[in-house]
Amino acid sequence: MGYDPENPMKDRITDIGPPHFERFFPALVKKNYGKWLYHEILKPGVLKHVSETGDELYTVRIACARLISIELIRDYCDIADKHADGIMRWTTRNNVEFMVDSAAKVEPLLADLKKHGSMPVGGTGAGISNMVHTQGWIHCHTPATDASGVVKAIMDELFDYFTSMTMPAQVRVALACCLNMCGAVHCSDIAVLGVHRKPPMIDQDLISNVCELPLAIAACPLGAVKPAKGINSEGKEVKSVTVNEEKCMFCGNCYTMCPAMPLADPDGDGIAILVGGKISNSRSMPKFSKMVIPFLPNRPPRWPEVVAAVKNIVEVYAKDAKKYERLGEWAERIGWEMFFEKCNIPFSDKCVDDYRLAYNTWRTSTQFKYTSHIK
Amino acid sequence: MPKHDTPLLDQLESGPWPSFVSDLKRMAKKKDECWDILGQLELSYKDKITHWKHGGIVGVFGYGGGIVGRYSDVPDRFPGVAHFHTVRVNQPSSKFYSSKILRQICDLWEKRGSGMTNFHGSTGDLVLLGTTTPQLEPIFYDLTHDIGVDLGGSGGNLRTPSCCVGRARCEWGCYDTQAACHNITMTYQDELHRPAFPYKFKIKFSGCPNDCVASIARSDCSVIGTWKDDIRIDQKAVAGYIKGDFAPNAGAHSGRDWGKFDIQKEVIALCPTGCMKMAGDTLKIDNANCTRCMHCINVMPRALRPGKVQGASILIGAKAPILDGAQFATLIFPFIEMSTENEFPELKAIIEKCWDWWMTEGKNRERIGESIQRVGLPTFLSVMGVEPIPQHVREPRSNPYVFWKDEEVEGGFARTVKEFRIKHNL
Repeated sequence: MGYDPENPMKDRITDIGPPHFERFFPALVKKNYGKWLYHEILKPGVLKHVSETGDELYTVRIACARLISIELIRDYCDIADKHADGIMRWTTRNNVEFMVDSAAKVEPLLADLKKHGSMPVGGTGAGISNMVHTQGWIHCHTPATDASGVVKAIMDELFDYFTSMTMPAQVRVALACCLNMCGAVHCSDIAVLGVHRKPPMIDQDLISNVCELPLAIAACPLGAVKPAKGINSEGKEVKSVTVNEEKCMFCGNCYTMCPAMPLADPDGDGIAILVGGKISNSRSMPKFSKMVIPFLPNRPPRWPEVVAAVKNIVEVYAKDAKKYERLGEWAERIGWEMFFEKCNIPFSDKCVDDYRLAYNTWRTSTQFKYTSHIK
Repeated sequence: MPKHDTPLLDQLESGPWPSFVSDLKRMAKKKDECWDILGQLELSYKDKITHWKHGGIVGVFGYGGGIVGRYSDVPDRFPGVAHFHTVRVNQPSSKFYSSKILRQICDLWEKRGSGMTNFHGSTGDLVLLGTTTPQLEPIFYDLTHDIGVDLGGSGGNLRTPSCCVGRARCEWGCYDTQAACHNITMTYQDELHRPAFPYKFKIKFSGCPNDCVASIARSDCSVIGTWKDDIRIDQKAVAGYIKGDFAPNAGAHSGRDWGKFDIQKEVIALCPTGCMKMAGDTLKIDNANCTRCMHCINVMPRALRPGKVQGASILIGAKAPILDGAQFATLIFPFIEMSTENEFPELKAIIEKCWDWWMTEGKNRERIGESIQRVGLPTFLSVMGVEPIPQHVREPRSNPYVFWKDEEVEGGFARTVKEFRIKHNL
């Protein structure tokens, strides 16, 4: 029958969870589950996994914009039906993978992907794979920048690195449109982060009706929000808050809690660049990314300053780092003063930590390198 | 016919990377509201601010989360996105799909939504992007009745768990990440659908310390596969790498000439503990000093494999910066067994102990990582019934501000100045 609004609880099914994953395993995956011996990257975007049973599984990885239409998903389904027994999967970086059970099936698959026009193959090995990103202006209410547009602009510029494997190690690039950092910005080789630079405005007509004031006050990491009386547009006194502008660093968390404290601004908002984070435990422990460029303007539709900054860092790293060295390992080995020098990035007070455990990031040593920063 | 001019967005149709703008325009031929998505986004590109109103509380009966409500702040100009709610659908473990189920979902979304999606949200959910409030219950009805899929999580609850590709297609998976992810998701459906926590709680499953699902950075409870015994070495294959028969790192660096593979430089010298050496033609690993970082295995996948005694490390408390700063997860349990047959009893005991404590002690909107910072790691370890061991710290504390308990000190805290004065008069 379908949903009956007159009897909303009738026939309601709940708590069934996701479908069981095994339903969607290719036959070869099901057969060789837990039996894989080794793998090879045959060329950019093409993997081969060999099982102890002797079976070989070939995977072709393609780029995906993450924000996609059902028309494109149906195209993926057509490809999977034609080449891969109707199975496909998505990776943890939102690329799409098709799997086939013999080497002979790889080239016809690649040919059809090429024919489609928006299914570029790559994203494997020591290159630059997809950018993990967020909602931006397409769906979110707290962003300081867009997501999909900035990612498209950056990936167009880095495209050759998606389809090749010429980096010292894989470079993970991520974007978040505000510092809630939905996703991987705090732990990526290169991170693009939407930032505000103006304190929130207070809508005195709304605030006592739409906000739990104690929540807005507790939302501030720096104690800049305090209870106060406000005057609304009718001249009446209302319960409200004040923001100590000297203490506010524009995180926007009070707006998350209180709709009457908006802070988005066309000129104030823009993008910061952080670098040097990593997740894996390989060689060094996981690292947070560090802020190296505190602000670049929002310049839709192609954000030229941001694109240029990311490309510059990628190229200097690619030229200077040793094999296997992640961007953060490289920067720490050469020293951050040398990172700024080699990348020709101006250093400012904005990159010096002044929050809580800041002291641990200052240089309590005579060990440094002479760079152009020392006049 | 285009309903709105989009001169700025049109510029994002060129270039080699798949264009979301071209895709939206293609969808707009079938779904008129996609023109309004483009129209409103174009306005945001012009104004350089978002045009979505703050918040939005919508959902389906029986659940306290799963749908993110959203309303346009310019609904008169873009009526197609006046309501533009997002439906989080729980994805299957490691995101394998059949074209059959995807087509079913596409048909449903063509009928009742915008036709646009996110594959996938950062937490793992399949995201259906943009529909109206009256469609929510019918969508949920069709998802559960016809397709057999449930909603994912949102709000102060267990969010949708996710995992790496694991043993399905990787030789390094030290436990069944898919099975663990599915089992935990099914066991805690109530905690996922009906918010009962101080704040959100995420669980992610990685098969090895390469951590392909980034659990150590992106989950409150991070389950990372590892092993206890020796790395398995195939000396013949080691010789193969040295001879140049096999490409190092499975060929990951083949786009550039890095010279001939040098096991000394590329493996032994990069080992973080220096526990490897060549004795003649034989590769030796002092496994007692190995921290299982994966580097040597990553570089020589045909020659080296994780040990056979496999399980997982449990780390707790990762989060993004808000409020008190970003945190990676902290090692709490160095090694537990991950038994698929027994449905992961050790892991469940740990998860439930975390929740029991945090649900009463956690403050409003305080992630468990922040709760642990507030009470201190020693207190959290004792809550979890764990003996402190050196593995719990990167280094011992350097300040001397040590708490002792009354019962740990001879004679306790109760004493009188009068007695003290007998030996030490003023």
